[in-house]
Amino acid sequence: MINISEVTETNEMIQKENLDVRTITMGISLLDCTDSDLDRFCDRIYKKITKTAKDLVKTGEAIEAEYGIPVVNKRISVTPIGFAGTSACESAEDFAKIARTLDRAAKDTGVNFIGGYTANAAKGMTGKERLLIESIPEALSTTERIMSSVVAGSTKTGINMDAVRLMGDIILKTAEATKDKDSLGCTKLVVLCNAPDDNPFMAGAFHGVTEPDAVINVGVSGPGVVKKALEGARGEDFETLCETIKKIAFKVTRVGELVAQEASRRLGIPFGIIDLSLAPTPAIGDSVADILKEIGVEHPGAPGTTAALAMLNDQVKKGGVMAASYVGGLSGAFIPVSEDQGMIDAVDAGALSLEKLEAMTCVCSVGLDMIAIPGDTPATTIAGILADEMALGMVNQKTTAARLIPVIGKKVGDNAEFGGLLGHAPIMPVNTFSCADFVNRTGRIPAPIHSFKN
Amino acid sequence: MNEKSQKAIITVVGHDTVGIIAKVCTYLADNNINILDISQTIVGGYFNMMMITDLSGKKKHFAEITGELEELGKDIGVLIKMQREDIFNEMHRI
Repeated sequence: MINISEVTETNEMIQKENLDVRTITMGISLLDCTDSDLDRFCDRIYKKITKTAKDLVKTGEAIEAEYGIPVVNKRISVTPIGFAGTSACESAEDFAKIARTLDRAAKDTGVNFIGGYTANAAKGMTGKERLLIESIPEALSTTERIMSSVVAGSTKTGINMDAVRLMGDIILKTAEATKDKDSLGCTKLVVLCNAPDDNPFMAGAFHGVTEPDAVINVGVSGPGVVKKALEGARGEDFETLCETIKKIAFKVTRVGELVAQEASRRLGIPFGIIDLSLAPTPAIGDSVADILKEIGVEHPGAPGTTAALAMLNDQVKKGGVMAASYVGGLSGAFIPVSEDQGMIDAVDAGALSLEKLEAMTCVCSVGLDMIAIPGDTPATTIAGILADEMALGMVNQKTTAARLIPVIGKKVGDNAEFGGLLGHAPIMPVNTFSCADFVNRTGRIPAPIHSFKN
Repeated sequence: MNEKSQKAIITVVGHDTVGIIAKVCTYLADNNINILDISQTIVGGYFNMMMITDLSGKKKHFAEITGELEELGKDIGVLIKMQREDIFNEMHRI
């Protein structure tokens, strides 16, 4: 039988160390809504989403109340609109209309974000996918809750440099279209390599075509809990350090598994995966950077940071995998800048550069995330940074992503303010040497030799 | 997942005062909630109690009981929480 010290331990994690379930994300397939008439298509997707997810928020809140564990976000991901909306759209404006329909469905179901305004252009773009990508600046500046992603490469397909080049331009246009809000639109736009079909985390969440009609995916979190546990392992050897992380990751993930199974049961929708993640928020004590500091670097960015992060990421997975029946999504430590006060402090202290962040993304779960750069950064330079990030993912057979925010009208030394979970960010300097001649070559970078495994 | 457990853990934390257990137990009895186990410690005048309860005979919704226990806690000057037992079992038992 459970004892008082175990109860106290769990409740202290929740109350003092910000343990929570970061998101319950319901994936919904829109493939059965396809129609050649745009209005009919919009009507169908609105009805399908609002019907399937009508109890999502209510169920999340009930679980939260009964188990005493915060379920911070309730979200929806849908089939990439680049697939589902193909036959209904003839122009970028048509796609933007779908975005506004999704936004309305998100508001009416009460979820805070809906992901899947997505084009999968890992190898090539269809004409319609190009239109969707071109509609992104309008879509993100005329909606509130839409999250958009573009897959521009994979280990199996190589890198679609035409999509990468186009995205350099689209990111700048999105920044321009939302410049009165510190280019907020770009916080909802991510470029991915090796994108998972079952990711519950925004901005890269979409409901892949390999998925069933509807599914429940859950993202766990808990950097504060790991940090607190590591305070008890100061000065200990690596074995003790790793064991401590694994044990705590196991406990955190078991809570996620419970919530996922319970949400699935109550909603009558199959359980998909648990995403084993350390997802920080701007709140004090909810920081991945603080874990790295506890492991022993003065600030993230100091020499040793990449090794420390590699170890942390691996131990989180090793502990978490045992605790969950199915694991997927991104799974690992997130290192966004604006959403983690410790990372912001590291940039302000001069410890953390864009280049060091790039190195860190080789070993963490995602990539260059929520990084504010000067608003006058050329589109080709942005595309160059994207290409570098895609290459890391392609060669290392892992998911990588880039969510860069060129903040229009701001320069190094200024701050961008995004609000809420998205946080704020110091503008980081970007290497000013040109890569235009590289980026302006057309076509794609072939898949690496080690991808040929058949 | 196995059949849903009807057990809940009630925790009471706050400054020690006369009659905390009596008041909580009276409320539970009035609502047909059976107490399976109680453990309690006092450290430096700070009261910390945990009850394992069986809700299978409860007359009200879970959320309603939670709300009323919170109100009762405010009257006594302590913090009362009720959570389904599964969260603790999942975290601490394999």
